[in-house]
Amino acid sequence: MRRLAPMLLAALAVLAAACEKKPQPTGEAGGAPAAQAPATAQGGGTPPAGDDVIVLGEVGALTGGQATFGISTRNGVALAVKEANAAGGVKGKKLVVRVYDDQSKPEEAAQAVTRLITQDKVVLILGEVASSSSLAMAEKAQAAGVPMITPSSTNPTVTEKGDNIFRVCFIDPFQGFVMAKFARENLKLNKVAVLQDNKSAYSIGLTEVFRQKFTEMGGKITATESYSQGDTDYRAQLTAIKKTQPEGIYVPGYYSEVGIIARQARELGLKVPLMGGDGWDSEKLFELGGSAIEGSYFSNHYSPDNPDERVKKFIADYKADNNGAVPDALAALGYDAARVAIEALKRAPDTSGPAVRAAIAQTKDFPGVAGNITLDAKRNAVKSAVVLKVQDGKSTYVTTISP
Amino acid sequence: MSQLLQHLINGLAAGTIYALVALGYTMVYGVLKLINFAHGDVMMVGVYMGYATAFALGRQAQHSLWGVVLIFAVAMVGCALLGFLIERFAYRPLREKPRLTALITAIGISFALSYGFQLDIGFLPGASPRAFPEVITPSEWFIVGDRDVVVWNWQVISFLIAVGLMAGLQFLVYRTRFGKAMRAVSFDHRTAALMGIPTDRIIALTFMLSSALAAGAGLLYAIKDTSVSPLMGLYVGLKAFVAAVIGGIGNVPGAVVGALLLGLVEEFVVGYAASTWRDAVAFGFLILVLLVKPGGLFGRVAAEKV
Repeated sequence: MRRLAPMLLAALAVLAAACEKKPQPTGEAGGAPAAQAPATAQGGGTPPAGDDVIVLGEVGALTGGQATFGISTRNGVALAVKEANAAGGVKGKKLVVRVYDDQSKPEEAAQAVTRLITQDKVVLILGEVASSSSLAMAEKAQAAGVPMITPSSTNPTVTEKGDNIFRVCFIDPFQGFVMAKFARENLKLNKVAVLQDNKSAYSIGLTEVFRQKFTEMGGKITATESYSQGDTDYRAQLTAIKKTQPEGIYVPGYYSEVGIIARQARELGLKVPLMGGDGWDSEKLFELGGSAIEGSYFSNHYSPDNPDERVKKFIADYKADNNGAVPDALAALGYDAARVAIEALKRAPDTSGPAVRAAIAQTKDFPGVAGNITLDAKRNAVKSAVVLKVQDGKSTYVTTISP
Repeated sequence: MSQLLQHLINGLAAGTIYALVALGYTMVYGVLKLINFAHGDVMMVGVYMGYATAFALGRQAQHSLWGVVLIFAVAMVGCALLGFLIERFAYRPLREKPRLTALITAIGISFALSYGFQLDIGFLPGASPRAFPEVITPSEWFIVGDRDVVVWNWQVISFLIAVGLMAGLQFLVYRTRFGKAMRAVSFDHRTAALMGIPTDRIIALTFMLSSALAAGAGLLYAIKDTSVSPLMGLYVGLKAFVAAVIGGIGNVPGAVVGALLLGLVEEFVVGYAASTWRDAVAFGFLILVLLVKPGGLFGRVAAEKV
């Protein structure tokens, strides 16, 4: 009974903290700009949680080169936690998220995980967006036996770090499959050429799967050409492609190159649609591609135009919490990751690492806003992707493709 | 056949740009025996100057002839000034030092420009690539069959501007007093100084001329490939340097021939072999030329005093 005193103290402290934050309904992950300060303040001062709260950890890039990704994710997580708390929390306890900024650096992310585990005694960790940071975190989380869910790291190796690491997004090669299916079944294309970025593992991975699936479905790949990231003249490749008279061109690269490729394809008289993956997802695509990119398609995690009721509600709630900002794919994935975690905590018999781990692994047909989530034996989400069409200088929802 | 023709046009268009950039390398090397590795980045700065001017003029003015002339003028004069500053403060103090010192400074300037321009403060443009405005209203001039071979007006205009600039340069070097002075400085700058040639001024003017040429080349490049980014100079600069070496560095017609050859070789490798071999074959071609003719196609091998 000697532990009673510190526990009482801790409970008091938490109570005090909770009172302090009353005007801020989501706890530390409240409004967008205000959230950074409490995140760091919470990290240092507050003692480990008492019995009436469950502490989740989150590591994200709130500053640095990928800050937009980290902030979107954090806002999505905050919304999910706020909703869960409003609905009575988990096992009669409120949820609290402790957010650490990794400054877009993998080494900082690894350190933050150590702090979350040893100091904050979190039951579960959410993060990161960048695969390189997630890989650094996964090692620590796996070693400590704390389950970790990455909302949006698509590199296949992340979950290979161990059986405590999960993700709620699809892995890179899946997008190749999605586009092959879409090209063959929706666009009814028979002959497609491929233009890949041979400096990017992402692009090569997508191409391989696309080529295989498209051929399996009875289509024909007329030409496979490649370029290197940073090139600006693709006329030679496009001229060679043009000779094979394809009905579409698969370009699974990044927006900075794809925009120029579209322009040069049109210039050479190639009018067929271009197709790609989530590497296209940037406002810059429309500036660089201009009118040439109109009528092209790319696969993505989520679309705010999705007519699904769940998505509509999510967007309305998110806008209300974030000054009217439309949630992007990363916010949606952050929201989904947190909800999968909360759902697993509800199902788990207790909040110990192995129990939570087992509960997450059982996630099946979970209705996320970025598609239904079923975790496979490799702890990757098996879920649908959306196909977007570039129209009038923005991307619009076309269809959802399931695995 | 039509495919061959299209490749030929693409290759010449790419080669033209390499040629203009290569001329800058060749001029500076000819006069100073210095490989100015910052040359490609000066080109990049020129492109951003043109970009800013085009936006300052607004949509309408861009398409008028005077608008285009103004864009080129601002970029070329601006780069000439930049070239002067680089020469005055980075190279002149090192002129009597071993040549390696200036080479290292050149690489330093190159990185300072290309990475400095990726910062996102004040007038600096930030790391994201941008679309260059359509300065010349694009239209197709020459079409074979059902768009089998396409030539655009700006490709022809670029080619003519490039040829004009090359001819002008050739005239300048071989038919004017300034050119004579340049060649004298190139031959031996100490002796030239003794003969009353203002060596420093000639070298500064050479730098300004080569930088202005780089700005012109950069604008043609941006019009051709529509994308501008702070790292563009590294890539084009390297290719142009290779072209200058193939032609025989220090030789004006050599730079042009080398650049056109390089553009065509790259184009045909991608078009008829594998696109992944592009750079390998380009550099292989360089090695081959240097093995067969160590001075480059048009160069002379100077006997080295040991």
